[in-house]
Amino acid sequence: MKKIKKHYSIGFIIWKIIQYASLLFVSFCAIIPVVSCVITAFKSEAEYQNTNVMTFPSNWLNLSNFVDAFQKANMGLAFRNSVIILVFVLLGSVLIGTQLAYVLNRFKFVGNELIRNLFTFAALLPGIAMQVAVYEIMTKLGFVNTLYGYIIMCMGTDVISIYIFIQYFENISISLDESAIIDGASYFTIYRRILLPLLKPAIVTSLILKGVGVYNEYYCANLYLQDKSKYATMSTALYSFTGPLGSRYNLICAGVIISLLPALIVFLLCQKQIYSGIAAGAVKG
Amino acid sequence: MPQRSVAKKKTFGQWIKSRKGQQAVVIFAFTVVPLILLLTFTYYPFCEMVKYSFYKMKYVGARTFVGFNNYKAVFERDDIVGALKLSLYYMCGSVFQVALALYLATILSFKVKAGNFFKGAMFFPYLINGIAIGFIFKFFFTRGFVFDTVLQWCGFQIDNLPYWLKDQSINNWSLVGTSVWRYFGQNMILFIGAMMSVDETLYEAAQIDGANKFQQFRHIILPSIKTIVTLNIILSITGALSAFEAPYVITSGANGTGTYFVVMNTIAHTNQKVGLASAMAVFLLAIIFVCTILQKLFFRFVFRNANEEDGSKETKVKPQKRKLLKQQKGSDVA
Repeated sequence: MKKIKKHYSIGFIIWKIIQYASLLFVSFCAIIPVVSCVITAFKSEAEYQNTNVMTFPSNWLNLSNFVDAFQKANMGLAFRNSVIILVFVLLGSVLIGTQLAYVLNRFKFVGNELIRNLFTFAALLPGIAMQVAVYEIMTKLGFVNTLYGYIIMCMGTDVISIYIFIQYFENISISLDESAIIDGASYFTIYRRILLPLLKPAIVTSLILKGVGVYNEYYCANLYLQDKSKYATMSTALYSFTGPLGSRYNLICAGVIISLLPALIVFLLCQKQIYSGIAAGAVKG
Repeated sequence: MPQRSVAKKKTFGQWIKSRKGQQAVVIFAFTVVPLILLLTFTYYPFCEMVKYSFYKMKYVGARTFVGFNNYKAVFERDDIVGALKLSLYYMCGSVFQVALALYLATILSFKVKAGNFFKGAMFFPYLINGIAIGFIFKFFFTRGFVFDTVLQWCGFQIDNLPYWLKDQSINNWSLVGTSVWRYFGQNMILFIGAMMSVDETLYEAAQIDGANKFQQFRHIILPSIKTIVTLNIILSITGALSAFEAPYVITSGANGTGTYFVVMNTIAHTNQKVGLASAMAVFLLAIIFVCTILQKLFFRFVFRNANEEDGSKETKVKPQKRKLLKQQKGSDVA
């Protein structure tokens, strides 16, 4: 085919200018708070006191704030705890979620509809509001101030990934199951060997959504993991900067940057999955 | 008798080995754990909460039944009523947020240079820890710090600028701005996802027909995403009532910035008025419930007609689509 020369109308050019201007402006607004944090995190105490917040630091390799913040907020421990919580909660909720979705999607039985409705209604209950009563139960079970108790609680409240799994199961043909049954496979084998591998994209999606939620959770972590010297997570460790360190922003900014590095790395590595995950998580209604 | 029981056992043994039996085992094994979790951490506390809301009580100690007094207090206490009014700010914010996200999503769904960079920059705030966001914006809005500096670059005098977090006429807007900053990128990604699901040949057909970008937006994009837009606007009502982390970290609810959850958190865990806090939670749940029903009704009655309309439009476009497909095939062959 011949290349056709395009003629741009004035309206088209103006529209393009407006497009890029608004993109640039909004992106600027989106990154400037984070950028200012990065700038401040590299400043020494004297520099922070004497220069404007938006002046670049004299030494971009000054990591003393990061070291300081890491030690003062006990972020090593917090990071370890957050990773433990993440691994077990994600493992548990994927296992539970896929199994439940498998049963709900593949079998007709009394109570199927009821279970679906129970989960749908549970999704409406506002998380923080419920904690008044959940706190009582956590105390009764002896789950307060234990990592395993917190992990079990986090596993139990996941509805969105179940939706995602059910949706995904609907697109996997049931004839796969049927031919496996003819070959003599048990239902567990079908779940484990055939369907679970096919479910991978949905699992990645739910891992990301749930992972972001658990890693960023502050309210429950603060409420149920009260012994901060043992059970601090990234969020609660970060919150410890509110006390006497509350005005040392060079330190706080370093802490903030440390806490968002894992999120940034995950984001850069799997942007596409995150975007599609967000889109999938929304169509739950 | 023994014979009979043997016979019974045999049939049970057979049953468990049969397909039906295996199904029952799998169903039981795979639902029992999630159901126990759901009942202990959602439904049991929910029932307890409804019960608590009729008592004057602390976490430990005596309880007295007070009937509907806690619910009355929800409407009479100044801090709670103030918090309810405050959520209007957040609702305005979410309407702005949805509009902004829609605008940017429209731009980004067409071919744009460095589109991925823009998308990433606008979306990333959604992944940042809520507490970290609190600190970032406490720093951002502090007198003479980031926001004031940026405004000074634009020619504002610092003496004319208000105290963003102290001045009661503006501080709630600052907090709303924070929440818009955090969530608009996520909305935008949602909308882009919905727009991408539109058949691309529709755009081409529209272009051939001479439709401009606005007409394309109005007649192709908008119908395909109105469900998700409406959903987001309705969600913004409950979202506005549940705003928590930004006011909690940035202002600790001082200077008239205590949102519903911030007030509730204080009442539940600082003042230990568990009954009142439970009543607040139940009231919030009632609002959410009404919104959900409204949403269901809305989709049932408003969109049903609209969908039929879309159907007729689509048939109009179809012949052109076919033509286009033929052209494409032709060029492929050539």
